[in-house]
Amino acid sequence: MATTALDPAHTATAYKRSVLVEWLTTVDHKKVGILYGATAFIFFLIGGLEAEIIRLQLMKPDNKLVSPEFYNQLFTMHGTTMIFLAVMPISAMFFNFFVPLLIGARDVAFPRLNAMSLWVFILGGLFINASFLMNAAPNGGWFGYAPLSSRQYSPGINMDFWALGLQILGIASLAAGVNFFTTILNMRAPGMTLMRMPMFVWSVLVTQVLVLLSFPVITVALIMLVADRNFHSSFFSFNVAGGDPMLWQHLFWVFGHPEVYILILPAFGIVSEILPVFSRKPLFGYSAMVFSLAFIAFLGFGVWSHHMFATGMGPLADSFFSLATMLIAIPTGVKIFNWIGTLWGGSLQYKTPMYFALGFIAMFIMGGLSGVMHAVAPADLQQTDSYFVVAHFHYVLFGGSIFSLTAGAYYWWPKMFGRMLDEGLGKLHFWLMLIGFNLTFFPMHFAGLLGMPRRIYTYPKGLGFDGYNLASTIGALTLGVGFLVFIYNVIKTWRSAVHAPADPWGGATLEWAIPSPPQEWNFAVEPVVTEKDALWAMKRAAGVRTLPEPLLVSGKGIHLPSPSWWPLVTAVGILVFMVGIMVKGETHGFPFGPVSIAGFALTAFAIFKWSYEPVDHPTTH
Amino acid sequence: MTAAVLDHDSAHAHEEHRTSLPINSRKLAMWTFIGSECLLFASLITNFVIYRGSHAKGPGPKDVFEVPLVTAGTAVLLFSSFFIVMALNGAQAGNRKKLMTWLSLTVLCGVFFVGMQVYEFTGFMHKGMGYSTNLFASSFFTLTGFHGTHVAIGTLWNITLLKDAYKGRIPPSKSLNLEIAALYWHFVDVVWIIIFPVVYLMSLFAK
Repeated sequence: MATTALDPAHTATAYKRSVLVEWLTTVDHKKVGILYGATAFIFFLIGGLEAEIIRLQLMKPDNKLVSPEFYNQLFTMHGTTMIFLAVMPISAMFFNFFVPLLIGARDVAFPRLNAMSLWVFILGGLFINASFLMNAAPNGGWFGYAPLSSRQYSPGINMDFWALGLQILGIASLAAGVNFFTTILNMRAPGMTLMRMPMFVWSVLVTQVLVLLSFPVITVALIMLVADRNFHSSFFSFNVAGGDPMLWQHLFWVFGHPEVYILILPAFGIVSEILPVFSRKPLFGYSAMVFSLAFIAFLGFGVWSHHMFATGMGPLADSFFSLATMLIAIPTGVKIFNWIGTLWGGSLQYKTPMYFALGFIAMFIMGGLSGVMHAVAPADLQQTDSYFVVAHFHYVLFGGSIFSLTAGAYYWWPKMFGRMLDEGLGKLHFWLMLIGFNLTFFPMHFAGLLGMPRRIYTYPKGLGFDGYNLASTIGALTLGVGFLVFIYNVIKTWRSAVHAPADPWGGATLEWAIPSPPQEWNFAVEPVVTEKDALWAMKRAAGVRTLPEPLLVSGKGIHLPSPSWWPLVTAVGILVFMVGIMVKGETHGFPFGPVSIAGFALTAFAIFKWSYEPVDHPTTH
Repeated sequence: MTAAVLDHDSAHAHEEHRTSLPINSRKLAMWTFIGSECLLFASLITNFVIYRGSHAKGPGPKDVFEVPLVTAGTAVLLFSSFFIVMALNGAQAGNRKKLMTWLSLTVLCGVFFVGMQVYEFTGFMHKGMGYSTNLFASSFFTLTGFHGTHVAIGTLWNITLLKDAYKGRIPPSKSLNLEIAALYWHFVDVVWIIIFPVVYLMSLFAK
């Protein structure tokens, strides 16, 4: 084999870079994905730590573990972190790493824009969390209701961190939205028609539509909030000028409700990939799954006011939003029955990803059922702002999104890192998580119906909440242990010498056709797709259960996008611009201070240099 | 580990130009971005419509709007959309002189429009209408300021393209660079076609 041995010189890229520079300038969707995942997991641990402190504070009545002021910061940052800095970017890790692989592409449509999204996200997340260092973390709740979030009632810089930080993160999401929408529509391998796409890719496509249409609305709402706080307008302040706090709620939830589907639809997609592989049969009702995704997204734009039943919108609006909300149960039910239909009659393989996927279905159904209860406006008036709501959205966001993302992590780990995670530790993680999760959140239903309001710092003895809260705290600690087991699993298997094969699970999709981890160019030869479940079709055509282990290739002559500094510089410019609004000082009537102007100039300069930079290079000369 | 060296001929270099839909990816991305921008301006316009009557303190629409001036700006912006189409036509035909002539006119229109807005805003300040005077003013400045920023960015973009054209960097094979800028420019123009009647004309005839 000497003549065909891989010459190391051939595998090196044309640019010699240090490891740090390589990661800072990378435009490879796989490296960008790993950076998304690593950063988001750290934020997830920070958000988890905040949750543990919240639970310790609520463990017993009249507890004084933390101050009320710090408690406000904890619950605001827990929500903000988990939604914008954990679940969304962990989903983005899977978008980045796997969408090009699943559609048979070498990269996303705009690799440098992709890197910019990453850096804007990381800097935005650091910006919001930097507020802790100044003891001024956001403290007005993750939906920043006006006028509580106005300068009058939140005089500190806490909510400035929140509003400007979300504005920064929105830029990352919108850029990624344009990028992935274009990638999925235009970069598919030959034969990969829309109705042959893996369900995960469909879920990403629909999610990007939601991002593209909902994030502009929160952008405008945040601009108005920033103006209220910094430029003395009164859009949301109820005063003689006639500002309307309800406008904030409407704008926020026109974004906020699609946002919850942005959090859950990728989770649907991941589970729809895992269940067929571990049931050894194709996804049941593929077309119905596609159309129900689209229908959920469409309805998702027409139900925002079910978050606002308590504001007194009147019977007509309440009825409309009640009915529209109940309608969503139909396409969601279609999905659940199709997942069960996929399992039905399959030869089920009980591996760790399958455990988490099954856990997802069960937990998500429970969250969905309490969701339908909220759709009934009169019942919602009893439940709103109570721990019942906290229980509901944790069942869909933790029992739904996090269970599914964890399933995805176990499923795709071998492809991303070339290592198999330990099955025994994985199942231990699952049971700790399932038990811990239910012990934490199930009692909250009862505490909520007994009248325990959310976002209170403590409660007096004898209201009947004590036992439920103690159980929740024990559950939350169990959850924490579960994730420590996951971290131990990662460290242990990282050190082992066992390398993952290309196709450890008998996969149905194209990413399993290439080596683990994939080479920089993904596919040495562009795959041609003839039907759904492309890899299963290839195996059938070859008459084998498993294809032979793919060979590493030199990649000579394959054109890849060049590394670039400009995405990072652009992201820094955007950050400086936003920081400038906080520290503008006296500007004699002009809305922007020198720091903002410098940030804007840096952004413009970076985009200019970016535009004139050569786009690609062959991997070797 | 078994390994093999596969050599790829130069045909692979052209692979990335294949697209699944019959549209260039950059163009599709611009259309996608425009779709998203529609929601941005829809929110800003809605916000203005909600607050345009809130001027108990300070001047209202009828006290400050100068419709003839803005009509001139509107006309100039409308014409610029035609000019950039002519510039694109020149670029596609490889006619550099035509390209540069019409693109210069487009740039001039953009500069005129932004100048018109600066003049208009300055006049409002002198009439006692600052950003935070009342909600009508805040929502007006937010909306038209955002649109003006879009025009300014488009004008900067057109200037860089004009520089490229001058250096002969926009041959017919690269006319797409101009076409994408033109798409953006048309969008900014279309938004103004909605803003002009909704903000200026309807506010004057409102109760």
